[in-house]
Amino acid sequence: MSRSTGLRKVTVAMLGLSALATFLPCGCGKRETLVDIGDRTQEYRVGNSDEPSDLDPQTAIGEIEHYIMVSLFEGLVIGDPKDVSPKPGVAERWDISADGKTYTFHLRNNARWSNGEPVTARDFVESYHRMLTPSLGAQYSYMLYPVTNAETFNTGKITNFDEVGFKALNDLTLEVKLHSAAPYLLSMMIHDSWFPVPVSTIKKYGAIDDRSNPWTRPEHFVGNGPFTLKEWRMHSHILVERSSNYWDAANVRLNKIYFDPEESFDTQERMFRSGELHTVRQAPPSKVAFYLKYKPDLINDYPQATTEFYKFNVTRPPLNDKRVREALAMSIDRRAITETVSRAGELPAFCLTPPDMAGYTARAHVREDIPEARRLLAEAGYPDGKNFPRVELLYNTLQNHKAVAEALQQMWKINLNIDIILHNEEWKVYLDTMRRVDYAMARSAWGADYMDPSTFLDVFTTDSGNNETGWSNAEYDRLCAVAANTGDKAARYAAFQKAEAILMDEMPILPIFFYTRPRLLRPSVKGWYPNLLDQPNFKSIYLDPKAE
Amino acid sequence: MPETTLQPVEAIETEPSSSFWMDAWHRLWKNKLAVFGLAIVAILSALCFSEPFLCRHVIGFTYEQQNLVLGPAPPSRLHWLGTDPLGRDLLARLLYGGRISLMVGILATAVSLTIGVLYGAIAGFAGGKLDMVLMRCVDILYALPFTIFVILLMVFFGQNIILLFVAIGAVEWLTMARIVRGQVMSLKHQEFVEAARALGLRRRRILLRHILPNLLGPIIVYATLTVPEVMLLEAFLSFLGLGVQPPQSSWGVLIKEGAEMMEEYPWLLIYPAVAMALTLFALNFLGDGLRDALDVRASKD
Amino acid sequence: MLRFIARRVLETIPVLFIIATVTFFMMRLAPGGPFDTDKQVSKEVRAHMEAHYGLDKPLFEQYLLQMKHLLQGDLGPSFKYPSRTVNEIIADAFPVSLELGVESLAVALVLGLLAGMIASFRQNSAWDHIPMALAMIGLCVPTFVMGPLLISAFALHLDWFDAAGWFLPRDRVLPALTLGAFYAAYVARLARGGLLEILNQDFIRTARAKGAGGARILLKHALRGGLLPVVSFLGPAAAGLLTGSFVVETIFGIPGLGRYFVTAAFNRDYFMVMGAVLFYAVFVIVFNLLADIALVWMNPRLRFE
Repeated sequence: MSRSTGLRKVTVAMLGLSALATFLPCGCGKRETLVDIGDRTQEYRVGNSDEPSDLDPQTAIGEIEHYIMVSLFEGLVIGDPKDVSPKPGVAERWDISADGKTYTFHLRNNARWSNGEPVTARDFVESYHRMLTPSLGAQYSYMLYPVTNAETFNTGKITNFDEVGFKALNDLTLEVKLHSAAPYLLSMMIHDSWFPVPVSTIKKYGAIDDRSNPWTRPEHFVGNGPFTLKEWRMHSHILVERSSNYWDAANVRLNKIYFDPEESFDTQERMFRSGELHTVRQAPPSKVAFYLKYKPDLINDYPQATTEFYKFNVTRPPLNDKRVREALAMSIDRRAITETVSRAGELPAFCLTPPDMAGYTARAHVREDIPEARRLLAEAGYPDGKNFPRVELLYNTLQNHKAVAEALQQMWKINLNIDIILHNEEWKVYLDTMRRVDYAMARSAWGADYMDPSTFLDVFTTDSGNNETGWSNAEYDRLCAVAANTGDKAARYAAFQKAEAILMDEMPILPIFFYTRPRLLRPSVKGWYPNLLDQPNFKSIYLDPKAE
Repeated sequence: MPETTLQPVEAIETEPSSSFWMDAWHRLWKNKLAVFGLAIVAILSALCFSEPFLCRHVIGFTYEQQNLVLGPAPPSRLHWLGTDPLGRDLLARLLYGGRISLMVGILATAVSLTIGVLYGAIAGFAGGKLDMVLMRCVDILYALPFTIFVILLMVFFGQNIILLFVAIGAVEWLTMARIVRGQVMSLKHQEFVEAARALGLRRRRILLRHILPNLLGPIIVYATLTVPEVMLLEAFLSFLGLGVQPPQSSWGVLIKEGAEMMEEYPWLLIYPAVAMALTLFALNFLGDGLRDALDVRASKD
Repeated sequence: MLRFIARRVLETIPVLFIIATVTFFMMRLAPGGPFDTDKQVSKEVRAHMEAHYGLDKPLFEQYLLQMKHLLQGDLGPSFKYPSRTVNEIIADAFPVSLELGVESLAVALVLGLLAGMIASFRQNSAWDHIPMALAMIGLCVPTFVMGPLLISAFALHLDWFDAAGWFLPRDRVLPALTLGAFYAAYVARLARGGLLEILNQDFIRTARAKGAGGARILLKHALRGGLLPVVSFLGPAAAGLLTGSFVVETIFGIPGLGRYFVTAAFNRDYFMVMGAVLFYAVFVIVFNLLADIALVWMNPRLRFE
């Protein structure tokens, strides 16, 4: 007895020591760290957690690339640092016609590329021409589809770009014509796919539709953002410097931004601790809770417009039975998952769309009701889980996915007395399995591309390539189409509410939680604001050594 | 020095009979460290394989029983080795994982040992064209992308514990084969082998009876080096979907996950690592003892 | 010996050909393609992306085409990093891995051989037990534990080094130790085992009994025969060390080649995998050849055959 209490004391002491050691302020009064130097010289050091595949905004599509490209390019509109609402970028102002189908953008006359040339309306038309050129194979070309004939041109049905709704009325006026009103167009235009690219520079280094065109190398690079590319050493660093040709250069306070591409969260967290980085995109899952508890001033844990959910394959028994899907969805404790398993302050999810998506919060909710879940399961023919067939839950090994799956597996065992088999696959194998809808139940997630409920709800329309559940509902498709073609916000959101209600009634998916972004951040970083899309705004950031 | 040549020839003349194995066993039994190692391996195996019984009656928790409210707790009277982030008893998980890891560690090592020793011995002894072809095959296997190989195995055959041995066996025997080949090449020109040849003994017999015993040292050393490597490799295979599937555990997976949380919950790394180190030390003592016991030179003492 | 080397070099051609062929078809058999992401792209876009890299052609034609390019020394573009070629990526990353590899190899050989020699020569003393116990523990502490432990102690607490990065000379110390220590454990165990085998042979026993100096015996007789296992092991081990280690490069944020061996396969970056595999294959072949030459050199009874 006394031995084990002794053991316990030792271990508690061990735990305390190690926790203390972990969060001991390091480097205090010792040598000056890179962060200290950066604070003095306005050099911002960002842990970006992966090597960007490229820096061409039309073909590089990930969050990692996006985070860097926002410093290098500027679209017609930019996202407000606080709520990502559209604010003037290269376009000083814009007019929208009464029917909502014609947008006229008035460009600033002092917008410049980093090589000093002016940014003109023609540049935008040429950029969008390139974006929609079928042979470029731009993954996000559909972001331009609200524009008249953009889709028909992109899919090769027409070949004359003059028929597409982009027109340079003069050097500083760009007209964009839509095939139907799209009130979320300005939100979409914040996305990289709407950035201008330096077409004349691109042509200098190769074909316009060549994905492998080396124009993004530092020695060739031309952009129009607040910063310009100086150095790019793969897996070592990317360095961008303040661009003197940027129209608002006077208000840019950082001199340099240094992006570290190390993909291990743990490595980046250690670099943060040793004073090599000002900020790290994501704290390692195992450390988030510790930072929140012991070092809350070094972490910013902000909700994200990203939903974690499980997909059901509705074409195979037993999950083709709506009651079984409901039973599974009703018999888990989401709060227990977020509070004890994932532990990064996530919000339990009872619907697909995260709350307050540009003013839309879904009313439809899945209930947590274990007796009702048991009743539904019995009704479906599996009283007390008897004869429940073998069902596999597919997941990819990353972060907390395994722990969440194990916890849910146990909940279903206890609450419904059914055994769900866990099965993990390597990422690309998993993607292939998903694409062929060759699974029973699979973990999945979806993040917003822009601030509008359609970025979530369109995923489960019949024609969506990302549906991957076999689920199809004509009324749901109709409601999404109605919302896409109406300029009236109230009517659109009403349609979304109805669509989401159908989704939560039919349950092709089982929502689990809404993600947060647990970003590590030094106190010296000022003018940085969290937002739902984790959209950076390097223009407003500055470093204040006194705040350390 | 005439002793060098004479003594092994004596060994050839006195045919190893059943008394050789008895003698070897006796010598092993007299070696305290070896017996100690054997005992440790035996006890660990016994504990791990009686895990269902121990969990029910001694520990009080099964390896999959969660306690989300408790979460990761340090060792206590209730949970002797603490719990993992899902509140599962680490001791139960360690014992359960030991079943898989000991099996993988010992069986997969044995598989790679058998292939590696035979392959290397044949290549080294035969020499010439056959050696060339065999060793170039080894070069090829070294270079092929292992990750893709594992993914293909899994995709075409599904999840299966046998595949684990195939995948591990497929890579681990290569270096063994190279080491054995090097040894055999240097031994086959030594006097006692020449003498055995002169006596007209068959090649197979020379190889098995006279060369292999002289290889025991390096083989046993390399085998004990392979055991921890194999156990950790299993964790990587689990990551690719081939190894154990949750909620099951293995030492490799426990160590890998423990390493991710070693600053916050050190016991999750320490105890699995201790279990593995203990096994390795025990196997090492046993290995040293075995080599001494089977040593043809020592058998004369 | 020149004839021996010339023959081995000639043998390399079919070996590389077989490796390239098997790798090509293994890659294509693996499910999931280079352009699969969690956000699906339309069929048309996918078709254009595949056409850009020639992946729309019949498989066998692709194979012939790639073989042709390989013969010309062109490893092709990377799918994951579209504006780079595989040749460029390897040329960029290899020098880093080579440097780290040489330093780790030095650590492994110095520590490992010293420990192995001392242990075998003072068998069953503290000189034997302590280094060998350390080696055993080293084997149980994989690099993914050793690296963070060293960083924690020497970078975060003592503040002697940066936690990660590859810029200053001092950035080499911890990665080289981490990687070298693991291989040192192997070398030490193998060296001790091999040396004991020789030291216990009668001619050495006799020499020692006759009072010949310990160091002289060790150097003259024992090392030649006793280090055979180490040399055999070092062939593939050196090839692996010099072409980089995924784990160590990730832990220390090193822009080396090792990470591509793992990530290229995960990304289904077909040309990158092929390039990395062939590059590594050349190293394996060369180092196994060097090891074989060393074997003959160490054992005068052998001839090059």
